[in-house]
Amino acid sequence: MKRAALILPLLAPGCAGIQSANGRDAVQGALIGRLFDVFLGVAVVVYALVIVYLALALLRGRRHRRRESGLQGEPAPSLERPWRIGLILFASATALILFGLAIATWLTDRALAKAGAEAPLEVEVIGNQWWWEVRYQDPVASRIVRTANELHLPVGQTTRLTLKSNDVIHSMWIPNLSGKQDMIPGRESDLALHPTRTGTFRAQCAEFCGMQHANMALDVTVESPADFRRWYEAQLVPQPAPGGAAAAGYAIFQNRQCASCHAVGGTPASGQVAPDLTHVASRNTIAAGALPMSRENLARWVSDPQAVKPGNNMPKVPLSQSELGALVAYLETLK
Amino acid sequence: MSEERPRDDYLRDGPNLTGAELDAVLDETWRDGPGLMGWIRSVDHKSIGKRYLVTAIVFLGLGGILAALMRIQLSGPGHHFLGPDRYNQIFTMHGTTMMFLFAVPVMDAMAIYLVPLMIGTRNTAFPRLNAFSYWMYLAGGTLLWVAFVLNVGPDAGWFSYVPLAGPEYSPGKRVDIWAQMVTFTEVAALAVAVSLTATILKKRAPGMTLARMPIFVWAILIVSLMVILSMPSVALASSMLLADRLVGTQFYNSYELGDPLLWQHLFWFFGHPEVYIIFLPAAGFVSEIVQAYTGRQTFGYTTIVLALCATGLLAFGLWVHHMFATGLPRLGYAFYTAASMAVSIPAGIQIFCWIATIWTGRPRFMVPMLWVVGFIVTFVIGGLTGVMLASVPIDLQVHDTYFVVAHFHYVLIGGAVFPLLGAITYWFPKFTGRMMSEGLGKVSFWLSFLSFQGTFFPMHIVGIEGMPRRVYTYPAGMGWDTLNLISSISAFVFAGSVILFVANMLLSMRGGEQAPDNPWGAPGLEWKAASPPRPYNHAHIPIVLDNTPLWNAEQPVAYGLRVEDRELVLTTVLDARPDLREPSPEPTAWPLIAALATTVMFISSIFTPWAVAIGSVPIGVALIAWFWPKGPPHPDPVIE
Repeated sequence: MKRAALILPLLAPGCAGIQSANGRDAVQGALIGRLFDVFLGVAVVVYALVIVYLALALLRGRRHRRRESGLQGEPAPSLERPWRIGLILFASATALILFGLAIATWLTDRALAKAGAEAPLEVEVIGNQWWWEVRYQDPVASRIVRTANELHLPVGQTTRLTLKSNDVIHSMWIPNLSGKQDMIPGRESDLALHPTRTGTFRAQCAEFCGMQHANMALDVTVESPADFRRWYEAQLVPQPAPGGAAAAGYAIFQNRQCASCHAVGGTPASGQVAPDLTHVASRNTIAAGALPMSRENLARWVSDPQAVKPGNNMPKVPLSQSELGALVAYLETLK
Repeated sequence: MSEERPRDDYLRDGPNLTGAELDAVLDETWRDGPGLMGWIRSVDHKSIGKRYLVTAIVFLGLGGILAALMRIQLSGPGHHFLGPDRYNQIFTMHGTTMMFLFAVPVMDAMAIYLVPLMIGTRNTAFPRLNAFSYWMYLAGGTLLWVAFVLNVGPDAGWFSYVPLAGPEYSPGKRVDIWAQMVTFTEVAALAVAVSLTATILKKRAPGMTLARMPIFVWAILIVSLMVILSMPSVALASSMLLADRLVGTQFYNSYELGDPLLWQHLFWFFGHPEVYIIFLPAAGFVSEIVQAYTGRQTFGYTTIVLALCATGLLAFGLWVHHMFATGLPRLGYAFYTAASMAVSIPAGIQIFCWIATIWTGRPRFMVPMLWVVGFIVTFVIGGLTGVMLASVPIDLQVHDTYFVVAHFHYVLIGGAVFPLLGAITYWFPKFTGRMMSEGLGKVSFWLSFLSFQGTFFPMHIVGIEGMPRRVYTYPAGMGWDTLNLISSISAFVFAGSVILFVANMLLSMRGGEQAPDNPWGAPGLEWKAASPPRPYNHAHIPIVLDNTPLWNAEQPVAYGLRVEDRELVLTTVLDARPDLREPSPEPTAWPLIAALATTVMFISSIFTPWAVAIGSVPIGVALIAWFWPKGPPHPDPVIE
């Protein structure tokens, strides 16, 4: 009863958060949500029946106690018979209910498999300690988009994520859209998503992956196919060496440690072990959701990554105040 | 069979030797020696059981402190009370301590203490092995906690998934300490399981056929067999992990054709039965308590026993439901969904039977019964969320979220700790000779019951709202703040209620009312022994005629065991017909010495593989001394 009172209001779609299984903002999430409702309904009814049964037994026992006392030992078999029949009925009912729930599970599983059967868009997502590498696949190599810690999806069509890991086990979970799927080194798994409404959501690694497991988030933007195209084309544009105010920062980026790990398309920087920064300033967050994107936060992050996200793999690079300002100014141009 | 003396020369109990005279002789034969050495050398199941119980409660306290620290950290978004490294150590230690050092050992403790009393014998089988198991358990727990205090506490989770726990991503000694602690506790658990299995199958009082065994003893028999079948799996897994980490094997390294999923299969093949290894003894407690306080035999004895067996069997067929998100073949998942759902049938049947017992009996609502009612109200919620988790699509949403945290705390605290606290209250008079305070008991029950719901119920919602497990912090604005705060505040009330329970134990131990032998009018043989029991348990071995021996007007006893030497009667496995008389080992310090030698070998093997070879020598010496035949062989294992 208590369950129903507390959970049911939260099930109404629309009031869910940006990282909530109640969102049901994709075909997959809605299918799972409906199955959950069925289970919850059954559970509430079964629980209520058990509590009523228990309460009656307790009340009856209390009355009994007042009338008589003393030991009973083994009651007469004739008294036990209705209870034995009751037990058989109870066990059969339990088995039937479970059978029904198993069928519901199986039907949902089938519907999920059908919903993900055809996917026009393929994206490879690779888990790393503690960030996400994202690659939009295209037969033409120059049209492959590489980004990190963000995922853009077109609404109203299926996208298939191919999931891999570079180090330990991670798990891809966008609760508003669907269930989770582990990313296991040496294996490949996939996850089909068919979002049904536009919006921004938050995904988070769901398998404990070490020190910064808590700060391994992924920004998910579901947008209209037109907006998605625009974003995609913008991501394809390289960012060659800038002139003017950003030139000083560019030089620092290329000549200090940054370029050995990070890549910026159109420049010699092509490090592969850290997030691709070609369009870093167009993202919503920094360092896999650790900080919202802003000038101050970029400076805070670059000046001491270990203070923001202790244990992460980005070293602290000693920079003077002016160098830091120049570097951040350059990063801000990478829209 | 050669006998040096005619048999009748031995002093035996009988109509001519009974009462105070017999007590004095048996006391002399069975009691522990005096002083510290007597304490160390003890092989009495009651001494060992009490040590286990006290140690397990200490670890419960330590694990509880860790839980409180986590709840402070998570009471609001973005707290800096704990850093990520400390937090990860703390949640790993909390899980490891509660599962390996509290939940399983505390059930062992109750079984070691109660089973010989309940089946009417004087000691367990292999009592020295029992003593050895306690020392191993103590050494393993101490190793883990000393390491934690020295900041070498494991930090890869109580499940230590590879490759995170492998040599590349967990350098240093932290995970080695964890894996070796597992070795200690599995040696201890296996030793207890072997000892209890043999005790239950061979040492039951004459007449206590399998069908007349108390349900608790049935539960312990099934659990012991489960331990024997499941522990080797984690022993193998943790040995392979240690080999990967220390000698460069590649069992779990996918780049060298190993497989990280191998770890998960082996770990959960142990890990899931482990949950039922904790739950089944609790089901036994509930059956005994309900029977005693309703004044009638538990309804559906045979059904409950079969349900326990079914649970024990099914427990080995559903480990993959911990791995639904790994992407194994869908068809296989259907089997594990079915098995996971099916396990709720025997659980439901047991609940039905207990409530039917209350309905048709004359219940007295004393504190242990309150815990039983609290158990049913709480555990059923955990069971129903368990059915949800068995469904693959639902599991994929809520797996590794706080929904699961809520689920297994409902099952483990509601399903096992509530009955345990009831059982401690129920058997406390037997353990100590004193009654626990009824008033304090009621207060601590209501406080724990309500604060438990306040702590863990909100976690269901927080999990569905998207909060993953094992995060040291979370951002504001996700809709998780209020619910987490409610959980944290309730958690402190819950901790207070457990402290109150322990305080009640300590106060009652000193100042509680003196307990008669059978304060509750319960039917089990353990209530025939004195409160607290004498070192030899029962003066004469009882003869059992039905399931509720102490409710019979007629309570016959058997005569003829030697009383100047430690001697037990062995009975046949099924019908408990008297079979043999067997000598029972004397106290000795060798189990402790063997455990120390093993401890040195286990711990030093973390630092060099040579320790395995060199360290085996002292263990071998200790074992030779332990088993060295002393004096002429026992003259008469006589078939009666």
